[in-house]
Amino acid sequence: MTTDINTKSPEAAAVPPAGPAPVKRVPQGHKRLLTRRDRITLAFMAGVPTVLHVALVWVTALASIALAFTSWDGIGFGSIKWVGLDNFKQLFTDNPQFWPAVEHNIIWFVVLILIPTPFGLFLAVQLDKNIRFSRVYQTAFFLPVVVSLAVTGFVWQLVYNPDTGLINSLIGANKPGHYIDWIGDPHLNLWAVLIAASWRHTGYMMILYLAGLKGVDPSLREASSLDGANEWQTFKNVIFPTLRPTNTVVLVVTIIEALRAFDLVFVFNKGAQGTELLSILITNNIIGESSRIGYGSAIAVVLLVISLAVIIPYLIATFRKERRA
Amino acid sequence: MSTLTAGAPAKQRTPLRPARILLHVFLAGTALAWLAPLLWAVLAALRPYSETSTKGYVSWPDKLSLDNFKNAFTQSDMLHYFGNTLLIAVPAVLITLVLSSMVAFYVSRFDFRLNIALLLVFTAGNLLPQQVIITPLYRLYLLVDLPGVTMSGKLYDSALGLVLIHVAFQSGFCAFVLSNYMRMLPHELTEAALVDGASVWRQYWQIVLPLCKPAMAALGTLLSIWIYNDFFWAIVLISTGENMPITSALNNLSGQYFTDPNLVAAGALLTAIPTLIVYFVLQRQFVSGLTLGANKG
Repeated sequence: MTTDINTKSPEAAAVPPAGPAPVKRVPQGHKRLLTRRDRITLAFMAGVPTVLHVALVWVTALASIALAFTSWDGIGFGSIKWVGLDNFKQLFTDNPQFWPAVEHNIIWFVVLILIPTPFGLFLAVQLDKNIRFSRVYQTAFFLPVVVSLAVTGFVWQLVYNPDTGLINSLIGANKPGHYIDWIGDPHLNLWAVLIAASWRHTGYMMILYLAGLKGVDPSLREASSLDGANEWQTFKNVIFPTLRPTNTVVLVVTIIEALRAFDLVFVFNKGAQGTELLSILITNNIIGESSRIGYGSAIAVVLLVISLAVIIPYLIATFRKERRA
Repeated sequence: MSTLTAGAPAKQRTPLRPARILLHVFLAGTALAWLAPLLWAVLAALRPYSETSTKGYVSWPDKLSLDNFKNAFTQSDMLHYFGNTLLIAVPAVLITLVLSSMVAFYVSRFDFRLNIALLLVFTAGNLLPQQVIITPLYRLYLLVDLPGVTMSGKLYDSALGLVLIHVAFQSGFCAFVLSNYMRMLPHELTEAALVDGASVWRQYWQIVLPLCKPAMAALGTLLSIWIYNDFFWAIVLISTGENMPITSALNNLSGQYFTDPNLVAAGALLTAIPTLIVYFVLQRQFVSGLTLGANKG
């Protein structure tokens, strides 16, 4: 912190230019004009955020990996025992919730990418046509993205509640004997939550695609219509291919959303039968009565491996492109 | 977003064809369907429980009043939880913006070899699902003793702990967006300052940062809403119900105080109001922030 205070009054400090420091080395670029104080400032500016981020995000991620091979009751470091692959073996063979959770995470992704994503794109294409009230429509579709997922969960419960909810009241299924339990029935509840999730995802995708469409060169569209292509042909052969960067972002965002899915399900039914998710299993393992640190970490490692398999190729591609630019 | 300003010329450009009308009908219908769940919640919140319990929820409302909102707000002492959120969100947003702009400045202005690696670490970290790190983080928060610093004496169950994880997690995204933004600023600006002998801090604080105002405003809006809307961190890292920020507190309150669906609706809507205000007032910032660095998960 002291370096910070020193460098905050740069007027006095920096006027007498570079001390002996820059002469010694043969640095390139900006470096050669930096004073010692500047170097300290820079180290501080890059260092503090990096240390905080790495300590709380990456060190804990690595700790998850390490703890996944141990058994630990959380009381004192002495009780950490190396158990090798035991946690994973147990997870893959013994846990009745694990494979359903994996399956539900996959279903979550498949549904999001097949239904709300194309629909969001469709809405974006329509709203990009320079029509009136476009802003009003956008606001309506985007509203669910702004409201927190917890609130979304409560709002949809008012729709799904078997006694008082909108759906059952409308179709007359709110009388004893006719109940359709959208939240409790393990054959229905995942789909009920997914409708709420899709409701939100559509607006998000619409905004991303609208931004992508704004970047499409209008002359492309003109040329295509001059060539006699109809609206669908223009979209399919001209517009959609140029949206490739947006599509990549959309794909990554959707996968990450599917892996992160948590809030909605937790508010709905805490991930009871039918809506198990990896994120829910990890969380229940912490806040539940029988917290098993090693075991919970093993689930986290599964989630981490899947996430990194998506994140790393994406980022490498992004940064490579940037370097070229 | 330019469509709003284009409203007037659009009139002469596109005569109303049947296809256009059909499109408007479709869009208006869909938009209404999209708002339906929220409107349903508003309606439920406006009706007294005694009426809906006898007549059913799908019935013509006789009486509409704000009583449910009033009761939800006072009975559960919502103001207290809004205060908790403020205590967490304001420092978290400000610190995130300051720290990530410092990293972005370093990465974009000084071509040290580290910069791409650093940015990769930040961005990748931000894309991880929170649950990947929660188990060790939870243990870490329990292990860190801070007697006298936080009420709980630990990082666990404290506003400080939540601020730290928000800052650490969100700074990845912000650093990425800001460094892209700063890279677009002409290099001559800081070069001239450097030659004039301005210190690095001064280049950052007086030259680069003021030019980043639009990006900072967009990110600030986005961060405020995200942090306000956070549910997961507080559910796990806060144990005392009293210390929860409003979004996470909703879960407890709905069982304790919001005893009927009408009160639940009122409580949930009250929680959503601040985000809605921010969104309507700063819609442009929000959307531009979201699309500025569209790699956010």
